[in-house]
Amino acid sequence: METLKNQISIEFDAISENERLARVVIAAFLAGIDPTLDELEDVKTAVSEAVTNAVIHGYKENGGKVVLRASLSTDEKLTVDIIDYGVGIANVEQAMQPLFTTGVPSERSGMGFSFMEAFMDGLEVESTPREGTSVHMWKHFAKRQTTGTKPILQAAVWNRTGRE
Amino acid sequence: MEQNMEEYAIIDNYLCIKMPQEVDHHGAAGIRACADRLILDDKVKNIVFDFENTTFMDSSGLGIIIGRYRKISCFGGKVYAINTNERISRILKASGMSAIIEILV
Repeated sequence: METLKNQISIEFDAISENERLARVVIAAFLAGIDPTLDELEDVKTAVSEAVTNAVIHGYKENGGKVVLRASLSTDEKLTVDIIDYGVGIANVEQAMQPLFTTGVPSERSGMGFSFMEAFMDGLEVESTPREGTSVHMWKHFAKRQTTGTKPILQAAVWNRTGRE
Repeated sequence: MEQNMEEYAIIDNYLCIKMPQEVDHHGAAGIRACADRLILDDKVKNIVFDFENTTFMDSSGLGIIIGRYRKISCFGGKVYAINTNERISRILKASGMSAIIEILV
């Protein structure tokens, strides 16, 4: 039975300074359920990726607003939504492919969504061009898996040009 | 937080970069700019990323490494990671980065 235990919603400017702010906020939100250090870092990393995407891709580094919503159920399931009202993603499936990037290919790894998938239990992305993007992620803390880090990208082959 | 030049040292033809506590997109531009200026000016061949102070890194960190690797690998340069904690090592390995960066323990 999933009953909501706690929820927060904050809005902040889509500037790179606030990538850290979002990590601090989510870490503080989780303090009540006493996560392991690894679990905490997993969630911080996933949130950092989603907010970074909003800053870089959603708003093309021209600023805007990002909403972070988080909720915790009584069975210790965390859900996080990172929402922007930026340019949106025309092809979500393509954007979620490992190594795909519309950024400067030599400077961006194209692994933001792969990181979110690896560090959370689930990820859903909804986007409408010119309206924005909503990243929905969740993680169960009650299960307390100790399987270590899932492979982020097993078949990555990095070569001289960065990837092939 | 901008990186200052004390975080960079050149020993022989190795550029050693002391990575910040948190490696994210926000700090990435400063690291890239400083590193690339030194790579151009001082004929650096290899790069050592020192993660001694680093407790957090997201995929922006991979972008920094990939970008610098591309600049030096065409001249036969190599990229190393030192003083990585267990989590940073795991992220580098799980993302396939160990193909281009040697993690020294």
